[in-house]
Amino acid sequence: MNTLFDSELSAINVGVQSFADNIAAEGAKVSSLTWQPPAGGDADAALTLARLVGDAGIADANQRALERFLSAKPVVVDVSTAGKALPGFTDRRRLLHAGPPILWADMCGPMQGGLAGAAVLEGWAETIDAAMKLVADGEILCEPCHHFDAVAPMAGIISPSMPVWIVEDAGSPDRHRTYSNFNEGLGKVLRFGANSEEVLERLRWMADEVAPAMRAAIEVSGGIELKPLMAQALHMGDEVHNRNTAATGLLMKRLVPSLMRAEIDAGLKSRVLEFIYGNDHFFLNLSMAACKNMLDAASGIDGSTFVTVMARNGVDFGIQMSGTGKQWFRAPANPVDGLYFPGFSAEDAAADLGDSAITETAGVGGFAMASAPAIVKFVGGTPSDATQNSRNMQEITVGTNSAFTLPALNFAPTATGIDAIKVVDRGILPVINTGIAHREAGVGQIGAGITTAPLKCFADALGAFARTRD
Amino acid sequence: MTTRMKIYRDLYKDSVSLMQLSAGFAQRDGVERASIVMATETNLRQLEDAGFDPVDGATPNDLIVALIADDTVIDDLFEQADSALKARPAANGGDGPQPLPPSSFEMAIEGQPDANMAVVSVPGPFAAAEAIKALRLGLNVMLFSDNVPPAQELEVKKLARERGLLVMGPDCGTAIINGVPLGFANVVNRGKIGIVAASGTGLQEVSCRISNAGAGISQAIGTGGHDLAAEIGGLSMLTGIEMLIADPQTEVIVLVSKPPSAEVAKGILGAACAGGKPVVVHFLGADAAELKGHNVIVAESLAEAGEKAVAVLRGDAPEPLCLDDLPQAAMRAAERLVPQAQYLRGVFCGGTFCAESQLFALRAGLKVHSNVPVRGAEALNDIWISEGHSIVDLGDDDFTRGRAHPMIDPTLRDERIVSDGTDPLTGVIQFDVVLGYGASMEPIEGLLEALRRVKEARSAPPVFVAHVCGTDLDPQSRHEITAQLQAEGVIAATSNAQASVWASAIAVQCQTAMASA
Repeated sequence: MNTLFDSELSAINVGVQSFADNIAAEGAKVSSLTWQPPAGGDADAALTLARLVGDAGIADANQRALERFLSAKPVVVDVSTAGKALPGFTDRRRLLHAGPPILWADMCGPMQGGLAGAAVLEGWAETIDAAMKLVADGEILCEPCHHFDAVAPMAGIISPSMPVWIVEDAGSPDRHRTYSNFNEGLGKVLRFGANSEEVLERLRWMADEVAPAMRAAIEVSGGIELKPLMAQALHMGDEVHNRNTAATGLLMKRLVPSLMRAEIDAGLKSRVLEFIYGNDHFFLNLSMAACKNMLDAASGIDGSTFVTVMARNGVDFGIQMSGTGKQWFRAPANPVDGLYFPGFSAEDAAADLGDSAITETAGVGGFAMASAPAIVKFVGGTPSDATQNSRNMQEITVGTNSAFTLPALNFAPTATGIDAIKVVDRGILPVINTGIAHREAGVGQIGAGITTAPLKCFADALGAFARTRD
Repeated sequence: MTTRMKIYRDLYKDSVSLMQLSAGFAQRDGVERASIVMATETNLRQLEDAGFDPVDGATPNDLIVALIADDTVIDDLFEQADSALKARPAANGGDGPQPLPPSSFEMAIEGQPDANMAVVSVPGPFAAAEAIKALRLGLNVMLFSDNVPPAQELEVKKLARERGLLVMGPDCGTAIINGVPLGFANVVNRGKIGIVAASGTGLQEVSCRISNAGAGISQAIGTGGHDLAAEIGGLSMLTGIEMLIADPQTEVIVLVSKPPSAEVAKGILGAACAGGKPVVVHFLGADAAELKGHNVIVAESLAEAGEKAVAVLRGDAPEPLCLDDLPQAAMRAAERLVPQAQYLRGVFCGGTFCAESQLFALRAGLKVHSNVPVRGAEALNDIWISEGHSIVDLGDDDFTRGRAHPMIDPTLRDERIVSDGTDPLTGVIQFDVVLGYGASMEPIEGLLEALRRVKEARSAPPVFVAHVCGTDLDPQSRHEITAQLQAEGVIAATSNAQASVWASAIAVQCQTAMASA
């Protein structure tokens, strides 16, 4: 029976503010919502959402997804090439790119440049122009990294001969594997669409020297568990997306003794170490593969609105959600609120790009910005903005991850497991730390900043989710 | 002078806040016009009419600041508007990160776990979604919003029944729950009479009448005007009745509505009578025959419903409403009128008052026109121009589109009183003044000025008859407002029924005088 008349009135007001003021004036308890039309003003989506709010079955499914996420144990176990490691990759000429699927003609400059460079690297074309034509003619199939359980930053180009990290979930019986390519460092690099001979030469050298060295070191070490390493880095000023200085150091602390014991030419060892030590982002790709690994554990759970992928292809932002499996929900990427290097402006920028938002999906990166005061200015904020953002993200997640804690928030566990229902219901968007690529191929990074995931992806995902339940 | 506007994409503010903001800017020095509005079609058209450039590609979710002001101040004004629009409620003080202010019910409940009532007044297309969320989270709902599609209203109400929760509305303007006024509601004594009303001002009138008679209200539940339509079947009223029957504080139940279909009436009255508590029913304009066969006490007017409920509570026999004779002052004023001044003009803010006044005028044999004609009355050709005996509801959608309800901003009522009052054919003007929370805090400031203008314009001004709906506990003092009206020569009645009877009597008397002249 309704107990309203037996209780003190305790009201929540939405809409006309003066109604709340009047209730308060009569001495009753009342709060007001800072309401905006939900789902960007789409009334049908608002109704769809409303019918999902407060559902016990969904809450259960989301808890199960979170538990699976938390019990995943990503370990980097090996290094191989994409062609050998990724199941089904080489049945035809195929290249991978970041984000949701996209047609060649629609791709941004850096993605086209990167794909063409990779085609030349594979020997499928003599020149960049010829490579562009091959891809444009459909002779080479371009697919998202995510379709092969892989993730890669910026343009996210992976080709068969490229080395990949193999990360295995030691927490699950099927030891699910995820993959990422090797970080090339800054400057003229394929992930920003540069494809000159110098770029391709570096990629060949990485395959010839860096990959075997890392493979040997990992073999000697017996594999390196990544979560403890990331947790430690979060206490050392990294958010393991845009800052990986501490994590790269910690990784090398683990790998160097093994590398030294490996039976490899000393000159090679020294060249490889010099390369890695010159790149503070070396760990990023491992961080991403680890995040992908944990999120895959949470995917495919019936009835769950836990977001398992956020990724960008330089035009669209795409997400996947546990309860809707591998289906993409996409919308134009939101603009980046960022700082530009001298000489560049927003007009020069490509739209948000890369699979690296997998880190935010896993509750680090922008979600853990409170850990990385050293880069808050780089992405155009203040330390208090950073902690506030990390605090805000707790409003849209299923729970928290006590394996990753934030000293600046009194060691609060990171907000983890974006719940699409909460995003749309509360109108609070996931924050993402991001680098900004020049829209033309090969110019490289021109700035960095903070952006958000577009609301429409989440509203559409809930629409599809609701249809599966009808 | 500079004419300029600025568009804020996807920024929603409620219309009342925006009107307050616009009004504030309009009063500044150097400002000729200030409109801060959502970019609805109506608002865009009004801006164009006011001389602003047409806006392309704006949606109703966009907000527009449009100003015509002196060149010297306009930049400052836009800056001030910007900061006023961006102001957010401060989070609780202190350093460090603060929790975000709640933006959804689920989020608010996390900080207010004892919440039991959602008050929803967002735009109609989004209102059902908010109500559904609130219900799914265990909250009762007062749904003030109108323009909710009937299918959504039904979904909301079925969900509420399923969950054992109360939903009041859509289009529910008023309620008093546990002694707390919600929406447009008066401050009344607490007591033992429970009301369920499908009419906002009807609920206000009955609850005030009860309180002014020295009794009190246990709960006053609004249902919204569409609840008793056949497609909804009175689901909210049914829940309200069940809750009042179960409520030990409630000893008498009052039901107020327009006449529902026979089938809905049967269900409602059956449920009400099943509780063993006395039930007073007022179905506006219903034949007494329609209520036959039910063990209920029938009231012929809103005021009578209140009085009968009080009588029953006190163990007295319910009597018909005791009506006073036309006061001497009114008779004298009517006698001074020139012969052609013979028409009754009713100018109302409260929809139910307008309907009730029409019913009394029809009963007195007058031929009535209205923008919302009751059974037996005729529709006005042009709602802005009175013809013959005209009784208008200025709170109806046709008048309020794109502007505030006249209870919030009585300007429209005051203008209509001037235009009707200066019409030489008008013999008597009846109007209402509605007090209480939600209503204007200065409900008669402009009205007194309007009355003076009418009196200056005509050597023998029309008779003014008014009813002030409210209590002495209201934030605006009923006593003082009544006294101010009387000082301007207004004949003040203690109920709308009484005012209607007097106004009709004067009109009949004028007609008779003219016929014999």
